[in-house]
Amino acid sequence: MTTRELKILAPCGMLGYGFPKSSFQRGMELLPDAIVVDAGSTDGGPHKLGAGSAIVSKQACKKDLEIMLTAGASARIPVIIGSAGGSGAKVHVEWTRSIIMEILQEQNLSSLKIATIWADIPNDVIEAKLVKGQCLPLGLSVKPLTKERLEATNGVVAQMGHEPIVAALEEGADIIICGRAYDPSPFAAVAIHKGYDAALAYHMGKILECAALCAEPGTTKDSMLGILKEDSFILKALNDTRKCTAISVAAHTFYEKDHPYLLHGPGYILNLEHCKFTELPDHSVEVSGSRMIETPVYKIKLEGAMQVAYRTFVIAGIRDPLLINKIEEVEELVKQQVYDYYTEIPREDYAINFVNYGMNGVLGALEPTPNAGHELGVMFEVIAVSQELANAVCGSVRSTFLHYGYEGRKSTAGNLAFPFAPSDIPFGPVYEFSVYHLMEVSDGLEMFHCDYEEV
Amino acid sequence: MMKLSEAAVVLRSKNSGPFEITLDALFADREIYNALKQSDIINKSLIAKLYNIAEENITHIVFFDQALGFKVTFSRSVSSGTFLDRDVYGAQQHAPLMDLEFDF
Repeated sequence: MTTRELKILAPCGMLGYGFPKSSFQRGMELLPDAIVVDAGSTDGGPHKLGAGSAIVSKQACKKDLEIMLTAGASARIPVIIGSAGGSGAKVHVEWTRSIIMEILQEQNLSSLKIATIWADIPNDVIEAKLVKGQCLPLGLSVKPLTKERLEATNGVVAQMGHEPIVAALEEGADIIICGRAYDPSPFAAVAIHKGYDAALAYHMGKILECAALCAEPGTTKDSMLGILKEDSFILKALNDTRKCTAISVAAHTFYEKDHPYLLHGPGYILNLEHCKFTELPDHSVEVSGSRMIETPVYKIKLEGAMQVAYRTFVIAGIRDPLLINKIEEVEELVKQQVYDYYTEIPREDYAINFVNYGMNGVLGALEPTPNAGHELGVMFEVIAVSQELANAVCGSVRSTFLHYGYEGRKSTAGNLAFPFAPSDIPFGPVYEFSVYHLMEVSDGLEMFHCDYEEV
Repeated sequence: MMKLSEAAVVLRSKNSGPFEITLDALFADREIYNALKQSDIINKSLIAKLYNIAEENITHIVFFDQALGFKVTFSRSVSSGTFLDRDVYGAQQHAPLMDLEFDF
């Protein structure tokens, strides 16, 4: 049996979240084979994908990349960025690429091969798959994808597996900018490229993509090292204030997944049910027993967002117990008065929504104990077909609510305490995930085109 | 009797994708974990009642012994970050589990 091992340095759980330079440096001293960082998420909702904006600022993204790229170039190891720019669509990948080019120029880094792997999926491809029944919603509450909804969607991306990233490594790429990628894929690709077990590679990637979140105390803002061997892998915190425990690492398999030990990825299912987690004397943890099976049909996860409306909202507080006692009733009356006022506007052009923070604001209909405290924060929003209409209706809701003469009222000067002036906040477009589907493809390379350039 | 909020070292909620909420409870003590697991109180009818949702919307209730924890996943009525959603990250949906009592 060989004793070879492969080391991957994960600087932080999200590119732009930052990390202590000392932890990163300690990782570099252990001679990693690659630096890999995840840059994407759907966690913040559909807005980033729909609007083409990033999760982190350019300043933060550049700050992290500068450290990673200079270290990667001097150690001559690949630097891989998964789901560039937050959502991994063309605009996000280009944004990341321009920051990288800026850094390479400023730091005088050259003789580097840059691979850019695009994850955008053309509408006609999706339409054809829909017709053939090879593109199905993922989840019970995903709305059916019609031609109209697809056309209204601002670009669709798919999560790539390791295959296109392995191909870029085979081409000798030093920097790989991935469009939307399954979070563990860029980590797994490094290991699979070197011939390591794919199940262990993906399991290690699944943990490393959140960097130090699997340690105690956990955080996404610190570096971790993954050491992959033939039959196991080791997770090592790079900061003395953190350690990995068998429980902290095992518990991480729970994180943000629908099932604790069955993880669905592009082309395979990872089964971690019989994994062993062993604590080592240096506060690292060794994991073994990860298994995976290839799915009979290779499916990739599609993500797309469409604009559904414009929003204007107001935040206010209520302290008067008379109003708090009948808040939901008064809100219904306010809503009705606004409907009655705007008889000329079709009802389907706008909607009014109240959120009563301090009563059932967070859980809404799921709240088992909807009891108000002695004060209530109310948020009301209007979404409408245009920003102007949202502003107009929200202004009416605000003035109606502020002065509404509910039964028994004594506070005739006004019902709401506003923390801001002006009180009405035009918010801009509201999006929803219109595409969240699994699409059948022939293999993991088919949909992901790669461009190369030398600097 | 022990409350879940006292028994668990981690009791959290998060999106598992934009269309689902997943609840995780993790324990530091194997005996407490086993007592809860054997009590069988964490089941679809309890979650449906606690969260005022239909049992059909619950996709998983699974215990994972290596992590000393269990996971519950159900589909969201409103997907993350769009109109009428109240919790974009799904990070504050765990509270209804906290007062749950079991024998220990």
